Parts: sequence; structure tokens; C-alpha cells
Amino acid sequence: MIGQVQKFGKSHSFYDIYERKGEGEQSTHYCPGCGHGTIQKLIAQAIDDLKIQDRTIFLSPVGCSVFAYYYYDTGNIQCSHGRAPAVATGVKRTVKDAIVISYQGDGDLAGIGMTEIVHAANRGEPITVFFINNAIYGMTGGQMAPTTPLGRKTLTTPFGRDRDRDGMPMGMAELMQAIAAPVFIERCSVATPKELLKTRKAVHKALQNQIDGKGFSFVEILSPCPTNWGMTPVDARTWMDQQMTLLYPLGNFRDAVVQQEEQPAEHEVPLWLDDEALVELLKGASDVPVMRMEPLSETQRVKIAGFGGQGVLSAGELVATCGMSEGLAVSWLPSYGPEMRGGSANVSVTLSMDEVGSPLVDHPNVLLVMNGPSLDHFEDQVVEHALVLVNSSIVTRKVRRTDVRTIYIPATELAQEAGLVSAANVVMVTAYLLISKAIPLDTLKRCIPLVLRKKAFLEKNLSLVERTMVYLQENGMV
Amino acid sequence: MGKRLMKGNEAAVHGALMGGCTHFFGYPITPASEISQAAAYYFTAAGRTFLQAESEVSVINMLYGAASAGARVMTASSGPGIALMGEGLSYLAGAKLPSVVIDMQRAGPGLGNIWPEQSDYNMVVKGGGHGNYSNITLTPASAQEMFDFTRKAFELADKYRMTVFILSDAYIGQMMEPVEISGPVLHGQRKDWAVYGDAQSRENLISSIYMSPALQRKHNEELQHTYRQVEQEVVDYELYMADDAEIVFVAYGIVARICHSAVHALREQGIKASLLRPKTVFPFPKNVVEDFAKRRIPLAVVELSSGQMADDVSLAANGNVEVFRYLTMGGETPTVAELVASVQRDMATLGSRRSS
Repeated sequence: MIGQVQKFGKSHSFYDIYERKGEGEQSTHYCPGCGHGTIQKLIAQAIDDLKIQDRTIFLSPVGCSVFAYYYYDTGNIQCSHGRAPAVATGVKRTVKDAIVISYQGDGDLAGIGMTEIVHAANRGEPITVFFINNAIYGMTGGQMAPTTPLGRKTLTTPFGRDRDRDGMPMGMAELMQAIAAPVFIERCSVATPKELLKTRKAVHKALQNQIDGKGFSFVEILSPCPTNWGMTPVDARTWMDQQMTLLYPLGNFRDAVVQQEEQPAEHEVPLWLDDEALVELLKGASDVPVMRMEPLSETQRVKIAGFGGQGVLSAGELVATCGMSEGLAVSWLPSYGPEMRGGSANVSVTLSMDEVGSPLVDHPNVLLVMNGPSLDHFEDQVVEHALVLVNSSIVTRKVRRTDVRTIYIPATELAQEAGLVSAANVVMVTAYLLISKAIPLDTLKRCIPLVLRKKAFLEKNLSLVERTMVYLQENGMV
Repeated sequence: MGKRLMKGNEAAVHGALMGGCTHFFGYPITPASEISQAAAYYFTAAGRTFLQAESEVSVINMLYGAASAGARVMTASSGPGIALMGEGLSYLAGAKLPSVVIDMQRAGPGLGNIWPEQSDYNMVVKGGGHGNYSNITLTPASAQEMFDFTRKAFELADKYRMTVFILSDAYIGQMMEPVEISGPVLHGQRKDWAVYGDAQSRENLISSIYMSPALQRKHNEELQHTYRQVEQEVVDYELYMADDAEIVFVAYGIVARICHSAVHALREQGIKASLLRPKTVFPFPKNVVEDFAKRRIPLAVVELSSGQMADDVSLAANGNVEVFRYLTMGGETPTVAELVASVQRDMATLGSRRSS
């Protein structure tokens, strides 16, 4: 209970003997007058009082408190420098009932780990952060910290911290206050017995919040480092009380009452799927029935090219799906990246009786060109006797090669006549498959619904396939 | 069972969920973003955890936390992101935490470009972070293997308490192929070393510090012992048309697919080419390389790098046979015709050298 001072004996949440420490198993590794021992004792008492010893996972940072796991008889994780809030995020999102404590110094939290603490706070991770501010890098021997006061001499500011060079000391509680999500923000001190009692209360509250599932709690604790400050323990405490608190004013910054708001329905979190439901989710509805087919006369190395937005990639997907549906080995490889945004697009598709080696189509034996630049780019790459289909609605010039079979189709016009503004790709694929006899019409019709994104246009697409077939027949192309 | 046409990137996420992965932490980077995007959908829809972190540094530390708490965890990134994870990967190794990381390699150094390279080989296979450690590294060459290897990776990670890398490339990720969603759903078991926030696991400590050099030495030796065990038990490769080999391509990922076609093209020209395709590069199938070398069958390493894997091949060949290097950098890939020409040239030179 708060207020009842336990005068003697060690908290249950501390080990009786510090076996992990090795030599000097009865004492801590902290220097005389250090604040860590005091603060860790307060935390251990709170863990005892709240009966959360089994549930507690204590994260040790890099810094003087790196060895907190020597002392705490709880679950322990040692973290890399500054990253404890990210580690805590991983832990808490795995074991939601655990009480996760991130105990960090000022170099760790306000220096190297600034990103992690800000984002963990902003997500409102329901963890408890104890931020020990002693205005110095202690473990490494006394270098400047982000919290070091102006003018203070340290190993890396031998002439004193300079505002113009080193910037101003950072107030982390104030910075936390700028973030909406945290539910509890307080700055305390261990300089005097009176402040110690307030700290004890804040520690207790920050842990109680986590037990109650309230959200992110942040307690900054001003703490003395007589060794690196070059002061006696008594002088260090006096300086804290009289000077340090001017720079870092004590008090509660936030103690929010959090209302458990119901999540809107569209944000409802799906429940854990069992194995059967998971497999159903992953296999999806587009399971393609594999049917036997006539052997391919030759491996189809197809290149489809056009403007981004002409459905080049989905045309390739349709060809590949048809091939897969016929039991063929297939591959589909797109051009990708920034060039896809508004620029030209192309896709390589291979249909083969045997397994596909290289999916890259360097020399196509089938070329579908949807625009002029694509014809310019790929005309010279096709092999002799290749089948070249040209969308003559858009491509104004003729194919120059005389050693290939060329077919001109007003694909865009046919699509528009069928009431589909952007289905020239379906015309092109239909023409290719029917002329080459690589895939039968029935298979094509069966596969269109598997690839089509806008299901409402299914009937119109199927009619377009029929219309294309009639066009090919009327013009003696099939 | 039917198959689905899907990208390697999407197949990896399917493999992860079938492999019992419960936590995916991601950060966008081309060409690996599609993996995070697919995970954002499928992990969330399946009631698993997907979270976009603020940086790759945070990602790898979230993995560290969730793995400490016993979860099967993963992320996916590309070279620059993997480099940022270096310290965290070393911590995972030091603390013996299982995790799965996909590296969709892109061209470097620096920002480079988003086209495929295989230049993260040294960073991933040799460790990448500080200290003596290794990652099991699997090298898929198809969308199906993106599924299969990712699923299997979680079993390997738990068994050896290591990070398992899927070392892939932009093409293998972008390519769509038929994928069979096969096998039962795997699940991680409760780990006696993990920290669950309960009485049973209260004594457990996740750490990589041993202040006594003697203990740190022992810890290192134990890690090395595990890596030697992995070399015995995990090595995997495919030999293609190797019985009558006159020359053997050594390649992984997209390049292995190009070599596969080159093998056929060369055989049509009368050269009995073959392919050794490592499916693991740590452990590296050095015994197979050693065997070819002792039989004086020349090797041709085809790689999208300055020769990072080729160095491992040369080490295993130990000077017993020629190791040709057909290297391409910057995001380009060799064509089948180029490989055929290179082999024809080098076999002719070799023939005249051996006969003189």
C-alpha cells in the first residue's frame, strides 16, 4: 500500500542473492550515491504491492542500468541502445497480459533512441517507461547527454556545454506532452525524501495504468550521478534540488482518464483464424482448375507492351492464367517501379510444356503492341516468324519487318463499340490466343472472371471476346 | 490441389502464415514493399499481427521483442534496410532468438536502383552486423520456392535458434508463377527459454552480454558449434543435368533460371553444360563444388555482383579447376545468348590450354 513504508528487507521482486552478477553477489554494481538503486527499489516495491511479479517483463537498456536483470526476479530482456520501446512493442503485442517495463537512461532514450520513444508513445503502446535523467552518459564514463545543462563540463565538453555548438538541454516530459496518445506523464526526483514519496506514487500509478490497460505511461525521474558530476552524494542531491529542477521542473504533466471507446465497425479486428479458415483465406476463390490440353506447338515467349493504364500487365496475367488452367508451365514478369507510373509498361509471359527456365523474354516469338513506342522498342527484338499483333487504333505506322507474321486489329475501337473504354487488352489477348491456337476459346472465357478486377463488367467482356472472334473470322484471320 | 498464380512476394506471405508466423513488422522499400503490403492484408485478416514500424531499426527490434516473447516473427526489406538492421541482427544472433528476414536484393551501393542484384551476399551470408555469427540463408528461384522456403524457415529458425534469411531478388519477387498452397499449417511451440510474462518463464533472461571473457568465449564457441551442426544438416542444392557435365554453372535466384535455359541452349550447341543451384548459401554446398573441382570439371559462377558468391566457390574449388566468373552489376541480367557465348569462348580457350 502506498504510504506504508516498508522499512526492512528486500522486495520479493529482487533476487535474494545476485547470482547473475558473479563477484559481490550481495551488493549492486552502482556507485555510492547513485540514484538507480533507489529508483529500482521503488519499482520493485510497486511490483510487489501490485502483485505483478510473475507478469512483469523488465527491459534493461544500454547504460548503467544494463545490468538491471542482475537484480529483478522477473522476466528480463536486455535491449540494444535506445531501442527498448521498439522491443517493448514487440513483446506487448505478443503477450498482452505481460506488464512490460522499459527502463531507460537519458543517452539511451533522449539521444540514440529518440525515434523509438516518440513513435511508441504516439502509438500509445500500453507499456510503462521509466526515464532516468541524470544529465550525463554514465556507463561510458561521463560524456555529454542531450539533457546535460549548458556550461556543464563533461569528457566531451571539456570547456562546458555550448548552446551554439551543442544545442539546448532537452526536456523529454515536455516533448511527450506534445503527443496526444500518452495517458500519464510526470517528472519526479529522488533528491529529497519528500520528492522520493512523490516518485513512489508516480511509479505505482504508471504500473497501475498498464494493469488497467489504459495506455502509454511515462515517468521521468531526475537522478544523481555523483561520480560523473564530480560531487559528493550529498552535494549532488543538493544541486539537483536547487538547480536541476529549474531546468527540469517537477510535476504531473498529464493524468488522463481514458474512456474505452468502441471501435467503429469497419475497423473491427478480425479474430484469430484456425488452421482450416486460414488455409481457406490463403487459397482464395481463384483456384484454377487444371485441365489437360493439346500439346503446344512451340513454347510461347510473349511480350506485351503499351502505355501504363492500357491493361498491359493484366493482359499478361490473363494469358498466364489461361496457360496455367491448361496445365502448362507459366511465368509472368512485369516491368515495374517508377517507370510504371504514367510511362510505358511491358510484361513477359512464357507458356511452356516443360518447366520455365528464364522468365525473361529477350527475343519474343509473340509480340502484342498496344502503342507506337512499344512497336519501336520491341520490333527488332522478335525472332524470325514471330507473331506480331498491332493495335491499329493507336499505332499509326506499319511493321517494317518482313520476316514476321503481322496482324493489325483496331482493338481500342472494338472495345469502345462494346461499351468498354479500356478493354483493348482483352481484344488483343483474344486475337493472339485464337490466331496462334495456343489456348482454346472456352478456356479463355473460363479464365476472364478469375483475372477481371471489376466483376460488374464480366458480361460485357465476354461479349467482347465473341465480337473479336467474329471480327477475326470476317477478316479471314482465323 | 489447385494452384494460384501469384507473385513471389505474395507467395512469401502465404508461406509465412502456413509456417506459423504470427507477427510481421515492416517498413516500405522497393522492391520489397509488396511483401509488407500482402502481410498487412493477410496477417490482419487472419487475426495475426502486422505493424508498420517507424524505421528498419525499429522493425528489427520489434522482431527481437516478439521473438523474446516466443512468437514466430518476420520482416522483409531490401539492401539499404537490411544494412540498417545490422546491429539488431547481431543482437538476435547473440541472444539466440529465432527470426525470419527476407532480403529482396536491389542494386547498390548507396541508393543504387530498384533492379535486381545479388550484392547483399556478403552482408547476409557472412553476418553483416558485428561479432562472429552466421545466418541460415535460403535462396529461392521461383514463386513456389518463395512459398516453400519461407514456410520452412520458421521451423529452421526455431530448431537452431537463429535468424533465417530468404535471400532473393527483385525479379523472383515480382514474377508471377503458379503456386501450390501446400502442407499443414505449422505452429511454434512454447519455448522453455522465452519470456512470456508468467510464473513458468519468470527465471528466463534474454541477453547477449557475458561480462566475463571466459563466458563470452564459451558463448561464442557454442554459437560456432551450432553453425557447424547447421552445415551438416541444412545444406541443400539442386544439380541439373550434371551426370555428364563438361562445365557446371553455379548460380542462385533469378540467375539460376537464366542458366537453366543456357544449359539447354549450350547442349544444342554440343557443349554438355550443367547447373549447380545452391538452395542454401549458408550453409554453402562446398562439398559439391569440391567434388567437381577434384574431377577437373570447370565451374562458371554467374552472379549479379562483383563475385561475392564466386569467392566461396573459388575457396571450395581450392585451385583444382578453373572457376570462370560471369558477373553483371547495376540491375542488368545476362541473356542466355551472352552466357552461351561466354562458355563457348572459355571452353575453347581451356581446350587449347589443356591440349598444349
